[in-house]
Amino acid sequence: MSEFPARPLPALTEDTAPFWTAGERGELLIQQCDHCRYYIHPPTGFCPQCESRETHFQPVSGRGFVETFTVNHKQWMPGLPERYVLALVRIAEQDDVRLATNIVGCDPDAVTFDMPVRVRFEQAEDLWIPLFAPEEVFAPENAA
Amino acid sequence: MLKAAITGIGMSRLGRNLDRPCIELLADAALEALADAGLTRDDIDGLTTYPGKHDNSPGMSPLGCTEVREALGLKTRWHSSSSEGPAQMSPLMIAAMAVSTGQARHVLCFRALTESSSQSPGRRASVATGNGGRVGGWFSWLLPVGALSASNWAAQFAQRRAYEFGATREQIGVQCVQQRANAQHNPRAVFHGKPMTMEDYLSARMISDPLSMLDCDIPIDGACVIIISAADAARDCRKPPISIAAMGAGLTRRDSWDQRADLTQMASLDAAESMWATTDFKPGDVDVAAVYDGFSVFIPMWLESFGFCGRGEAEAFIASGATALTGRLPTNTGGGQLSAGRLHGFGHLHEACVQLWGEGGGRQAAKARTAAVGMGGGPLAGAMLLHRE
Repeated sequence: MSEFPARPLPALTEDTAPFWTAGERGELLIQQCDHCRYYIHPPTGFCPQCESRETHFQPVSGRGFVETFTVNHKQWMPGLPERYVLALVRIAEQDDVRLATNIVGCDPDAVTFDMPVRVRFEQAEDLWIPLFAPEEVFAPENAA
Repeated sequence: MLKAAITGIGMSRLGRNLDRPCIELLADAALEALADAGLTRDDIDGLTTYPGKHDNSPGMSPLGCTEVREALGLKTRWHSSSSEGPAQMSPLMIAAMAVSTGQARHVLCFRALTESSSQSPGRRASVATGNGGRVGGWFSWLLPVGALSASNWAAQFAQRRAYEFGATREQIGVQCVQQRANAQHNPRAVFHGKPMTMEDYLSARMISDPLSMLDCDIPIDGACVIIISAADAARDCRKPPISIAAMGAGLTRRDSWDQRADLTQMASLDAAESMWATTDFKPGDVDVAAVYDGFSVFIPMWLESFGFCGRGEAEAFIASGATALTGRLPTNTGGGQLSAGRLHGFGHLHEACVQLWGEGGGRQAAKARTAAVGMGGGPLAGAMLLHRE
């Protein structure tokens, strides 16, 4: 169940739909240049490194690190929780791809800078929002 | 030195829930600025504002050029409003360029808001919610995870600064408490007559770590007008003109709240760098600073951007007393948006002019010939250097 029942949801475009829907298959997709393999986020369809227009959505490992975070303490609108962790996670594959996300699966006070995290998805209507939990939550000894 | 100068400033009453029509506030500010410059409405031939009339966020911009020209009966040769550009400073820069290229002689630049009476309890908070629909653009990457308020976005910078530099709430609190003290000498400030101690600051309700209520600026009703004139026309005005020595709106790194490589810096760095590149003045020449404080963390980021101290040193610079009224770089002498109220940067420019004209009374800095003004936070920034001969 979602801890976050009333998320404002993104409008899908041709460029963004793969990112927001691939979680149904458990995949985190990031746009990648066909030629130089640079990851482009947010997706634009144009590679700023090599000027290619040829791109695809590439499944990545789902692993990343907490670049920065903040614990929110105020309920901004009805249906939203008061206390939750907002973070920017840099993906393991490329330092300059940052995903704005929530850190879940741990106490907000346990989140630290550069902490290794791994994606998990939360369904909201027809979308799957990529959220991240501490890597240790996924370790075999913690498996359900 | 640009061929443009500031010749008059005006400000309405500022307050919470004034419940007066916005145009009335704007008229108060405009007439005060005209009298200040020794001009009449007939002298005004240019009009600029930011971001123009729009209804997305209640009270954020009820008036555009059209409404103001009509109400004040202005005849303009040049007008402009734009929501893209160096944010709150764009109408001022555009005005400086307009008078420098002969498109106008005297430009009335305005910012008018009724955010307090439009967003008070029971109405609507100042957050982007998507209004129940699905959201597009940059918001679509932030809102789904509950990053609904600019305080959340700014907090992520503040956290990174705390992590990398060891910046503390006690350090930034020094600036917040100083600004409140400055506001006690500014009769227009929303918190005039309401002093604040470090204890008050440290015990305020947390909003988004490490930003508390007292790290966030105050939505108000109010209006501010700055008149920018061609340098030759400025000489005929009532007061000694304040020259625009340089300005900068550089944006050379990624301009978003989330993708900038170094989260301890913001677009202010790019803007300040581009400003210094156009002038022989140096950071050491600056006597007073007026920098955007929508959130307290923007203050140290602007101080570093202008080069008043090194990277990662601004919180310690503040804690040393350097930015106090009696320090070597009095900063936000009128109280800033944290204590005087949110005029979206126009209040900062207004206060810089008050200082340069020596009109600060109990909050007047000892020396004020050159002022640095920075407007904007996160991906938005414009920088301006003012000088009075």
